[in-house]
Amino acid sequence: MNTRLNFDSNLKQLKDMLIEMARKSENAIKESIDSLINQEIQKAEEIINNDTIIDELEHEINNKAIILIAKESPVARDLRKIVVSLKISSEVERIADNAVNIAKSTLHIGKEKHIKEIVDIPKMMDLALEMLSDSLNAFLTEDVELARKCAKKDDKVDEMYGRLIKELLGYIQKYPAQTNQITQLAFVCRYIERVADHSTNIAEHVIYLVTGERYDLNA
Amino acid sequence: MANITVNRQVFQINDLNLWYGEHHALKGINFPINKKEVTAIIGPSGCGKSTFIKTLNLMINYVPNVRMTGEINYNGQNILNGKMDLVELRKNVGMVFQKGNPFPQSIFDNVAYGPRVHGIKRKTHLEEIVTKSLMDVALWEEVKDRLDAPALGLSGGQQQRLCIARALATKPEVLLMDEPTSALDPISTLKIEQLILELKEKYTIVIVTHNMQQASRVSDQTAFFLMGELIELDDTSKIFSNPSDERTEGYITGRFG
Repeated sequence: MNTRLNFDSNLKQLKDMLIEMARKSENAIKESIDSLINQEIQKAEEIINNDTIIDELEHEINNKAIILIAKESPVARDLRKIVVSLKISSEVERIADNAVNIAKSTLHIGKEKHIKEIVDIPKMMDLALEMLSDSLNAFLTEDVELARKCAKKDDKVDEMYGRLIKELLGYIQKYPAQTNQITQLAFVCRYIERVADHSTNIAEHVIYLVTGERYDLNA
Repeated sequence: MANITVNRQVFQINDLNLWYGEHHALKGINFPINKKEVTAIIGPSGCGKSTFIKTLNLMINYVPNVRMTGEINYNGQNILNGKMDLVELRKNVGMVFQKGNPFPQSIFDNVAYGPRVHGIKRKTHLEEIVTKSLMDVALWEEVKDRLDAPALGLSGGQQQRLCIARALATKPEVLLMDEPTSALDPISTLKIEQLILELKEKYTIVIVTHNMQQASRVSDQTAFFLMGELIELDDTSKIFSNPSDERTEGYITGRFG
């Protein structure tokens, strides 16, 4: 007999809510980069407005977690599951904030012609979102190895970020009239780099969930 | 280093086995009990936790057909060697039970009972002991004006604190508590728990409890027993956050047992 059927079902719901929130944030990042590339003002505004939906989900997750702590007196792995859900929801919320930041950069650039075709930024985004997807799958399946692999990709994102920033700064001298656009693109690179960092943090939380040990994957 | 470890321990139990007739109730228990710490023992019914705690002052000897092997070293002396003065042992290793069980006497006489048995007759000395013991259990303010009243007129929570005061009156070193709050309301329970935390400054406490939150709140180390075996003994914070044994995890998270 499962003596904690109700509690287990609530823990599962908490996990499902978190995954739903993460998928929405993932999607927001993709859409924000699309809006940047295609200079879609309306889409960028939608992303900014829809952020409240993700914020609301975070509140729901936090409320559910707090109620479970209060009512179920969780210990050991049960407690870690709930604490980690709180932590991950906060990381995911920040990822969504970066989608908003990218959308705002789209608005700042407006319809000004791009200094060059945007090719590397979506590549960097793909890598960061791959990390997010890995860390979420690691969370879903409680897979420590996958969590560790996710963090390794962070080095690659950091390397791309360094390279792109250098390149963009080089363009400032060449296109002084487009300094605003170049700065916004550099910001976007920074926002994507933050998505990768938050994904690494999620992976660290997964390792803590499974092993009970803190692990700094960026060390 | 080795000496420091030994000095920290009041009890050192080595390979303790206990049988009730044919039933092997405790299996190869190795268990250090640290001085001035609270040790909680948890586990499902029938796991041996009450049996174990009763071995520490040999109350277990009152159960018929009990047989034990191994060592229970109390301050370096093996109490299973048959040479132990049981009155002296129980003076030093007091016990409190599930339900307050005051004698049908006055509050004063209940607490003075032990010291009188040990030969203390002078009234002022007895008054001093009774006052101090009742203060130690935070009952003094509630009963100081009615020390001659019958102890059985106290509430359940007060009776349990009176029994703790009675145990403390003989100046024990160790206090054994066998589910001391299982018959009490939540507020009386929390009072006893607060008391345990205060008493550990002076006493070593071993508590058997079915209430896992209680174990996690009051104890320094926690032992998990299952079917007569000591499965895991570790710092309480470790047991309740990240236990090493799956069976411990299963029990404390309420998934078996």
